[in-house]
Amino acid sequence: MLTKEQYVDTFVELIRRASTELPPDVVQALEEGREREVDDSLARRALDTILDNVDLARQKSAPICQDTGTPVAWVRYPVGTGTRLLEEAMQEAVKEATAKTFLRPNAVDTLTGKNTGDGSGRAIPFLHFEEWEEPKVEVRLILKGGGCENVGTQYKLPDTRLQAGRNLEGVRRVVLDAVVEAQGKGCAPGVLGVCLGGDRVSGFSESKCQLLRPLPDTNPILELAELEERLLKEANELGIGPMGFGGRTTVLGVKVGVLDRLPASYFVTVSYMCWADRRAAVSLDQEGAVTWLN
Amino acid sequence: MVELKLPMDEKTVRDLKVGASVELTGRMITGRDAAHQWLLEDTRQEVAPFLEGSVIYHCGPVVRQLEDETYEFVAAGPTTSIREEPYQAEVIERYGLRGVISKGGMGLETLEGLRRSGALYLHAVGGAAQVLAQAVKKVERVFMLEEFGVPEALWVIQVEKFPVMVTMDAHGGSLHTEVEAFSKEQFERLLTTSA
Repeated sequence: MLTKEQYVDTFVELIRRASTELPPDVVQALEEGREREVDDSLARRALDTILDNVDLARQKSAPICQDTGTPVAWVRYPVGTGTRLLEEAMQEAVKEATAKTFLRPNAVDTLTGKNTGDGSGRAIPFLHFEEWEEPKVEVRLILKGGGCENVGTQYKLPDTRLQAGRNLEGVRRVVLDAVVEAQGKGCAPGVLGVCLGGDRVSGFSESKCQLLRPLPDTNPILELAELEERLLKEANELGIGPMGFGGRTTVLGVKVGVLDRLPASYFVTVSYMCWADRRAAVSLDQEGAVTWLN
Repeated sequence: MVELKLPMDEKTVRDLKVGASVELTGRMITGRDAAHQWLLEDTRQEVAPFLEGSVIYHCGPVVRQLEDETYEFVAAGPTTSIREEPYQAEVIERYGLRGVISKGGMGLETLEGLRRSGALYLHAVGGAAQVLAQAVKKVERVFMLEEFGVPEALWVIQVEKFPVMVTMDAHGGSLHTEVEAFSKEQFERLLTTSA
């Protein structure tokens, strides 16, 4: 049985890594994007700045982006372990990481407008729990920025405006529409987490969970793998480009999950993640040994 | 690359067009959601001198307080500006701003405000919080810190060679309008080519 302090220390380091070190697959996708853009274009210059910034953040161990987002974590825990200690430890870790400036004090009381000051608040951080058979705790964290969260959206099919029916062609139409509507406002080039089906809550939950997948990861469901590939190619034909400056790199990846649905509903939920696609993962065994995961 | 000193005059602003890369040096002030509403509820005489002829930076920084009680910016990229669309043109006009630093572009009301008042929309690279924090040399003072909290307070800062691009100018030009129109054409093409 680990103590709360052991969890807190590990979670602070998890947050630091997420906030300051962009995952290698995302860096690689940004570098490939830069190569695609025309020399001296605004798009190329924006990607140069982005890549310089990624290096600088890592060197200085300082936040890649000042909007350190909502910490959202998926926590898997062994049979017989409660969730309360883990939840308290994550709350404390967020406060400590905020005091150390790995996070910005990012929680505002919605009624009074007052910043809570310590980074934590109601539903901030937000945790998803799942019991599993393994004898260890695994935490997968994303920091979901506000600008990109604001351009996330949910469609219900059929959609008359987009002539989108209840099939994968309909899905394709609405997902591309979401990218067009977002323009550069979600800090393109972004990553799309998409969920087909579910209800209004589970749809957003699953669409965000898709963001945990590394970019080179192939969907095990063949028709979704094909859809992901096609959406990635077509989104990059829209010409929105980095920051919405125009260009060939609008989206770095598309990840699609599927849930069952009611006969009456066919939701397509799109979570947009900015280029600062911050995620980190860790596992702790029962002796407290820590393993950093991809 | 155009180097500009803050504060700047109307002619300097009107000489610049969409697509120009600019480096700013001098004093500016941050302000975002809460600040824009506050600036219009009343004319805030205490901050007016910091706005006149300068630019407002839509930024909610990560800030560290040092032992001598001064502050330093740890991370300081732009926030999405379209939320200030209902307020921006009037803030520019009332306080004599020469520009806005932000990201994501703004709408037609702001574009018209830029034309009328002689001001620029200067786009900083979103998420580039370290590159931009490096250009912030000094935090001079802060307004409304207690009331608004760190991200939404109005921070008066000295910057050196702060890198931005003109994406909306004082002649009605907007890169954002152009890109949006182009992407919508592409979208229509994609929708018709494969059903």
